[in-house]
Amino acid sequence: MPALKAESPRPVRLFWLQSGGCGGCSLSLLGAEAPDLVTVLEAANIDVLWHPSLSVSSGADVIGLMERICEGTESLDILCLEGSVMRGPNGTGLFHVMAGTGRAVMDWVEALAKKARYVIAVGSCAAYGGITAAGSNEVEACGLSYDGRKPGGLLGAEFRSGAGLPVINVAGCPIHPGWLTETLHQIAAGRFSQKDLDEWERPLSYTMHLVHHGCARNEFYEFKASAERLCDLGCMMENLGCKGTQARADCNMRSWNGAGSCLDGNYPCINCTAPSFEEPGHGFTETPKISGIPVGLPTDMPKAWFVALASLSKAATPMRLKENAVADRFRQPPVDKQKKNR
Amino acid sequence: MTRMIVGPFNRVEGDLEVKLEIDGGVVSQAQVNSPLYRGFERILSGKAPFDALVYAPRICGICSVSQSVAAARALADAMGLVMPANGERAVNLIHATENVADHLTHFYLFFMPDFAREVYASESWYEDALERFAAIKGTAARDMLPARAQFMHILGLLAGKWPHTLTVQPGGSTRSVTAGEVARLEAMLAAFRRFLERHLYGAPLERIAALSSAEELAAWAEEKPTENSDFRRFLHYSQALDLAALGPSTGHYMSYGAYEDAGTHLFNRGLYMSGKARPLDPRLIVEDLSHAWYAASGGPQVPFDGTTLPDTENKDAYSWCKAPRLGGDVVETGALARQLVHGHPLIRDLVARTGGNVQTRVVARVLEIALVVMAMERWAGDLVPEEPFIGHGKMPDGAEGIGLTEAARGALGHWLRVERGRIANYQIIAPTTWNFSPRDEKGVPGALEQALEGAPVRQGETEPVAVQHIVRSFDPCLVCTVH
Repeated sequence: MPALKAESPRPVRLFWLQSGGCGGCSLSLLGAEAPDLVTVLEAANIDVLWHPSLSVSSGADVIGLMERICEGTESLDILCLEGSVMRGPNGTGLFHVMAGTGRAVMDWVEALAKKARYVIAVGSCAAYGGITAAGSNEVEACGLSYDGRKPGGLLGAEFRSGAGLPVINVAGCPIHPGWLTETLHQIAAGRFSQKDLDEWERPLSYTMHLVHHGCARNEFYEFKASAERLCDLGCMMENLGCKGTQARADCNMRSWNGAGSCLDGNYPCINCTAPSFEEPGHGFTETPKISGIPVGLPTDMPKAWFVALASLSKAATPMRLKENAVADRFRQPPVDKQKKNR
Repeated sequence: MTRMIVGPFNRVEGDLEVKLEIDGGVVSQAQVNSPLYRGFERILSGKAPFDALVYAPRICGICSVSQSVAAARALADAMGLVMPANGERAVNLIHATENVADHLTHFYLFFMPDFAREVYASESWYEDALERFAAIKGTAARDMLPARAQFMHILGLLAGKWPHTLTVQPGGSTRSVTAGEVARLEAMLAAFRRFLERHLYGAPLERIAALSSAEELAAWAEEKPTENSDFRRFLHYSQALDLAALGPSTGHYMSYGAYEDAGTHLFNRGLYMSGKARPLDPRLIVEDLSHAWYAASGGPQVPFDGTTLPDTENKDAYSWCKAPRLGGDVVETGALARQLVHGHPLIRDLVARTGGNVQTRVVARVLEIALVVMAMERWAGDLVPEEPFIGHGKMPDGAEGIGLTEAARGALGHWLRVERGRIANYQIIAPTTWNFSPRDEKGVPGALEQALEGAPVRQGETEPVAVQHIVRSFDPCLVCTVH
């Protein structure tokens, strides 16, 4: 694949649209750190032609720019869509008509995507439909090339952008700023290709991992010392709906807002990088069980082994973990045998 | 008379379109359209009550915690659950971090870049404004973004992440805080205070909080050169452009009360009507659907019985935003309303002289940053690591609850009815639903629509700069507005 940077030292031109979402991925992005967002974009040689929360131009300037891109008189390297594609009511797109244009945002997105060298779905809404598609999805929300888990969406499963890639799904609700800035940097440097994507076209740079990796509760998990209430320190898989052992993301390997992750906030992973996470089929903070055994076990582990190991480790759980697991703060410190009679 | 359609607006949260009628160089009529409908109230219907804590924050990425707090309060009200003192303080710290960060984002990234527009190129202060506030490229964004990101480490610590946390629960916060973490919080607040005092104010927070009249504010601004701080810069531009004459308020203001603390609020709940403080009766709140794309249902609705049935055939409609009214009145909400209701002397004095307008809305927001950060320092110091941060309870099979709180941009309410253990109705009225409402059945325009009347339009302008200032002075959040 030709490298954008090698072809021309000109800045990589990025256009950002928002539709059926909350804007939270942009807000999360503003929290980019070490370095900050402005520096990250500079480092990647990205020129933001327009971003709804950042740019100065409004109205006719923006509409003119979009028209020139659609006509082909201005080039577009990267199109980002944040928020679901709003197809309702009845396929008209009238649930989101782009201000000042009288035209459904859905139509603008489709026209711009045809001209872009790369198309990025920012967040789970733009990728798969996300939260906006929850319930009975009366608004017909979908993603750019998925409708939930079903390939298709607005652009269709066969869609390939100018650079020959499918829509890049930087899924998450919201995204971690690093997931997007690192992807943008790789694209701008001409170092991003099909092999960097997983089976849902998410960047493998963050979906190579499970949320479980690096979780501070791993010792509780090992011994199946489970939390019972939201606030307890134990593993949240057995009772509180945690999907960290199945969810694909490096949330516990890089910090959120400098210090945390959902698990560190004492609430379960709801698998927000996955298609259709918005309808888990059970309460988000409850683990569905069949005869006392959680339904959602780690996906690549034989169930019988899991049950056997779990009962074994439960029998061996140290008292310290048993007590701490059902406490809202650490009550029992680890003990150093050299000094136990202190 | 000429007609003009302005939009898309950038640097507001969400999509917005404004239709103007212009007569003799001024706006004679405005129609405000919130063009995106997502249907959260419909999504929530039929869900397990506690799942509202996952869905509601995702209404909005900038008011996410405010939505969590309103949902948690509505659930707690339905359950009869009370937060322990630590829980209130932790939730206040989480909520205040979001609100202060929102004020900062609004000031630096959304509002001030308009002064770097070419239309002001002949002003004596233009070069400085351009260097400091130009969108993305200005020096202010480079100073502010790292400070904001570091300030938000408070949310990494207390809320796991931002936006969209599940830490905020009806019974308090899931995240207990240790003594060491209290120290960390205090250090983070100290670092943020340093940024504010150096860049935003050029003065100690206490000095700003103590300003009590228009004269004192003017005298304070004069003490140092304009370039000394970003607040002084704003005051200078505002005076030069007479922003106090732009975007007049209706004179009716409402606040639900912000930051609950042992039965009271840091900023009181109430009304401020034509210069007088009055109590608020939330039972007087209704939503009028006459000019919105929803199936009409026989007059204005009280939120508990509210309906949300999209109907693009409604001939009088021009927005997805419903029109909330308080006893038939249009009220304005936001930092200005909060400080008027609470009775901050500076804000009351400014409004007594010039009314609510673009300048007073911005001054109230900037003042509030100082007030809230000082309160955060107290809450952090008052956390008691040995005591509980959360209480737990059960949701009855049938119950009703109201959750009222204040987002950065104003009054946010959730009305919840549970039947047979599921959500039977969930109605949300967001701050910008109040401020950017369309006309009601009597034809009375909403707060922004009224504020735009009389706005000057310069020769040849297609995006009138006065309109831009007025719209942004409300710090609108359109994704919340319609939800």
